[in-house]
Amino acid sequence: MSAPLDLDGIFRAERPAVLAVIARRLDGDLALAEDVVQEALLAATVEWGRRGLPDAPGAWLTTVAWNRALDRLRRERTARIHAPSLLPPRESYELETTFERPAVEDDQLAMLFACCHPALAARTRLALTLRSVAGLTVAEIARLLLVSEAALERSLVRARRKIRDARIPFRVPPDELLPERLAGVLRVVYLLFTAGHDSARDASGIRADACEEAIRLARLVARLMPDMAEAHGLLALLLLTDARRPARLDADGELVSLERQDRGRWDAEQIAAGDAALATALRLRPHGAYTVQAAIAATHARAARFEQTDWGEIAALYGRLHELEPTPVVALNRAVAIGMADGPGAGLALLDELAADARLDGFAALHAARAELLLRAGEREAAATAAAAAIAASGSEAERRALARRFDA
Amino acid sequence: MHYLLLLHFPPGRGPQEGTPEFDAEMARWGELNRELRDAGVVVGASGLHVDATTTVRTRDGEPVVTDGPYAETTELLFSFYVLDVEDLDAATAWAAKMPAAEYGSIEVRPMVHYEFR
Repeated sequence: MSAPLDLDGIFRAERPAVLAVIARRLDGDLALAEDVVQEALLAATVEWGRRGLPDAPGAWLTTVAWNRALDRLRRERTARIHAPSLLPPRESYELETTFERPAVEDDQLAMLFACCHPALAARTRLALTLRSVAGLTVAEIARLLLVSEAALERSLVRARRKIRDARIPFRVPPDELLPERLAGVLRVVYLLFTAGHDSARDASGIRADACEEAIRLARLVARLMPDMAEAHGLLALLLLTDARRPARLDADGELVSLERQDRGRWDAEQIAAGDAALATALRLRPHGAYTVQAAIAATHARAARFEQTDWGEIAALYGRLHELEPTPVVALNRAVAIGMADGPGAGLALLDELAADARLDGFAALHAARAELLLRAGEREAAATAAAAAIAASGSEAERRALARRFDA
Repeated sequence: MHYLLLLHFPPGRGPQEGTPEFDAEMARWGELNRELRDAGVVVGASGLHVDATTTVRTRDGEPVVTDGPYAETTELLFSFYVLDVEDLDAATAWAAKMPAAEYGSIEVRPMVHYEFR
């Protein structure tokens, strides 16, 4: 008696690769590929239930999906013979199917670049990548992105049709387009990670899946594009950030600040992998924002206790990050790091300068940073006032609770 | 794959006729058109009179001819190209070389392929 088949698990693991192989072979027709892969999964449910799991499930699904695609194209061609004014869009397809790992990975990378193409709306890129490249279900993505399933399905259908009809290329872009397009791909992978990471509570496990999938994609991009510094930089950033996941929430599911996290629960193996990716990124040029943020995360990871944090190094890295991304949020983090390195007074002086920036008006993090540095300066009353301002400005319930606990406000 | 490129510009923007900037832009268009011709990608192209449009609608079997639509004051359609290129990246790369992209906009539309005999 064999164990019951975990069809969902197998489908989830095999689907993105099968879809990538079929879509590439169909010259980027992701709409048709999606349909025939879905049909192949249905066929597998029947067949495998009856005969058991085939030796190579991925190759089995690819063959079935490919045959369905050929059937469909043949039917369409026959229909066109009776409507001769309509030209067939493509003349022939290669008939062999291969399912070898390096070729499959190339196809997945090509699919990732197509899904992240700038001719698609930014939100759609993320949704399409989650569905096609990461293999999440429509229901899961809808929950993750806080949209209705119907609206999500509509935008996915439209995006796949646009890839086919506008002929968005299904390939790794040529050198002259690569820096810009790779930045777009890395951005989507980063957003995928933060979609999983930014939520305090994790009842369903979807959010952890999103983080793991983002890391898998970052690893794929870094391996297949070994000369691109930022690909390694992003991988390092995700690994080092995710390594802290076991300590980020307490038993009640509340956010735990970096200072209070139990560092023994950080994932040492993942930190080592992140450090290795960072070392690779640092050997290459040019260093972008992901690499610098990874260096900041690595500096935190190196401190066995919060008190041993090298704040001077972190302040210098935030300075470098501010040159690359001169945003108020980066300036704020730099001010806090300087306050930790050179004493609260130095940081508070910088925060006062920042408070004049209209973009930070009503920005909870600014008040929270002030509260933190005032507390370290021993000014408990002023700290409580700043904390109350932060709580009033914060839009996140989890953050409000964390601030209230920290400052007894 | 054929793409229709629709070139728009907001009136008053970009170099004005009679200025050296205008002449410089014309020289760039000339160069770009030569480049397009050498690449063998142009199926058709033309400038358009921006405010001389006529519209035809057949109603109850009778053609009705009317003046307009009148040119929008925000963005004028002043030219088009039909290009035969490999994919969207190739089409947008040509569009990006057009001077009008700097002060106007270029709409890139994939064409459904019908054959006329």
